[in-house]
Amino acid sequence: MYEIIEGFLEAIRLIVMLDPDVMAISARSIIISFTATIFATLIAVPLGAAINLGTFPGKKSLINLIQTLYALPTVIVGLLIFLLLSRAGPFGFLRLLFTPTAMIIAQTVLILPIMTGLTISALSGVDPVIKDTLRSLGATRLQFLVNVMKEARFAILATVAVGFGRAISEVGAAILVGGNIMASSFRSSTRVLTTAISLETSMGNIPKSIALGIILLVIALGVNLVITTIQHR
Amino acid sequence: MIELINVSKRFGDTEVLQGITARVERGEIFAVIGPSGAGKSTLLRLINLLDSPDGGEIQINGIDIHKKKDQHLRIRRMMGMVFQKPAAFNSTVYENIAVGLRFRGVDEEVIREKVRDVLDMVGLSGYEERRARTLSGGEMQRVALARVMVIEPEILLMDEPTANLDPVSVEKIEELVLRINRDLGTTIVISTHDMYQGQRLAHRIGVLMDGVFAQVGTPREIFTVPASREVARFVGIENIIDGVVVAGGNGRSAVDVGGTLIQVVSPFARGEDVCLCIRSEDLQIAPVDGRVSASDGNSFPGTVMSITPRGPFSRVTVDCGFALSSILSWKVVDGLDIREGSRVIVSFAPEAVHVVRATRG
Repeated sequence: MYEIIEGFLEAIRLIVMLDPDVMAISARSIIISFTATIFATLIAVPLGAAINLGTFPGKKSLINLIQTLYALPTVIVGLLIFLLLSRAGPFGFLRLLFTPTAMIIAQTVLILPIMTGLTISALSGVDPVIKDTLRSLGATRLQFLVNVMKEARFAILATVAVGFGRAISEVGAAILVGGNIMASSFRSSTRVLTTAISLETSMGNIPKSIALGIILLVIALGVNLVITTIQHR
Repeated sequence: MIELINVSKRFGDTEVLQGITARVERGEIFAVIGPSGAGKSTLLRLINLLDSPDGGEIQINGIDIHKKKDQHLRIRRMMGMVFQKPAAFNSTVYENIAVGLRFRGVDEEVIREKVRDVLDMVGLSGYEERRARTLSGGEMQRVALARVMVIEPEILLMDEPTANLDPVSVEKIEELVLRINRDLGTTIVISTHDMYQGQRLAHRIGVLMDGVFAQVGTPREIFTVPASREVARFVGIENIIDGVVVAGGNGRSAVDVGGTLIQVVSPFARGEDVCLCIRSEDLQIAPVDGRVSASDGNSFPGTVMSITPRGPFSRVTVDCGFALSSILSWKVVDGLDIREGSRVIVSFAPEAVHVVRATRG
């Protein structure tokens, strides 16, 4: 018990003193997951819009499949990207394995289904009368799309927040394709909050684990706060 | 202007429209009235190109609008539609109204001016910066009307625009409809399940029942000479009685209703099955001992079956072998001193009876 309290106090000290190691790991975590979220948004939002507004055979099954992939285990994504990027894999020549880029790719793939699915829900949540009104007012296809997205803007923003939250809190893929490397340069290191917590805990460095844990928790809570604020608009 | 030629539409197994044929003239207000689920919304959506018909065609200015795919946008931009459910975009009133003009690439300067004018027209001046979603249903519906009118459509389609509104808002919308039609000459097609609204607004009415127009005509025609039993019932004729013509000639006929003969004015020949439609206000009720002035009219003794209140009136139903209902003011009911079980005499002129052919099946 005493050990935990001491660890907690030490953790507070690390955060307050802006411990360079802790700060670097946090910053890296945010940068990697934020980048992945941007890529995923650029893919998922247009994709979701196309699926929602298009009519094609198998649309329902496709949406079902996407929703099933919400539960995609992070290690499976990690394993998949690992196999693709490993030396023997089809993209081995890119030499991306164990780089932040690999982690960005893995996290993008990981959050794509949930972001696409939530985009579809966001757009189908727009009142059909609103959609009819837009068409009736003489919108072209593009004007229609832009305005429906405008109506769903808060729900789409919430989608982005959900994607970021899932990306920054996952550990399986990050450790498999990132490798939890602490290199001399910031850019080639792949140690992020989750992987660092897992490592420090196993090494018995509890104060640091707790410090990193608090930061991760604060980020997760912050993201949630953003989501609830948006949803109450 | 708008020509509906044998238009049909089905959703799954239900044939909502089964061959609609009618013509809406330029500059007229045409009301589509009918009970809920009759297909009124579907018809308006077809005209607005929001759905495609399964059969027949809809022509606007002689062009089959559903055929010319490449002209859909141009044709749709001639029209505006106000929907039953008041719906506003999640932005300011100004942005809501500007949408249609934005689609058409109008300059912001012009937009500002037009939005101001149209807000003035619908009586919402100064509402520009309000969040549209915070408005009341009636105000939102006026914004919806402004949003459509700002693009100056040739045809205004309104799908039960007052169905969810309070009476004061209904009155405002109706006033606007009449004003738009009068001042701007806009052709208006409005659907409503309120027959009196149809009567107040329309130059002509189409009564939509079971997917077809049971009757198209002026409000006066619809209300005084309904084409069928169903139309008669829908326009609120209280007394609809089945009978058989037993004697005819000189435009006069006698109709046998369960053994009682009723004198009517009708062109139908002997032996035909008919329905007699009698408006309740054309019935007189008198006490049995009173004087009845019905030398050539119809007078039947009967027993009062029920007296039910209806606003400031009472609906008195009398059993004369067949039921006849009359609407009387409370005062008159008191004056007659009648109650359930009282014996009375019901009388009406032959001219008060509108006779329609009985629909078989």
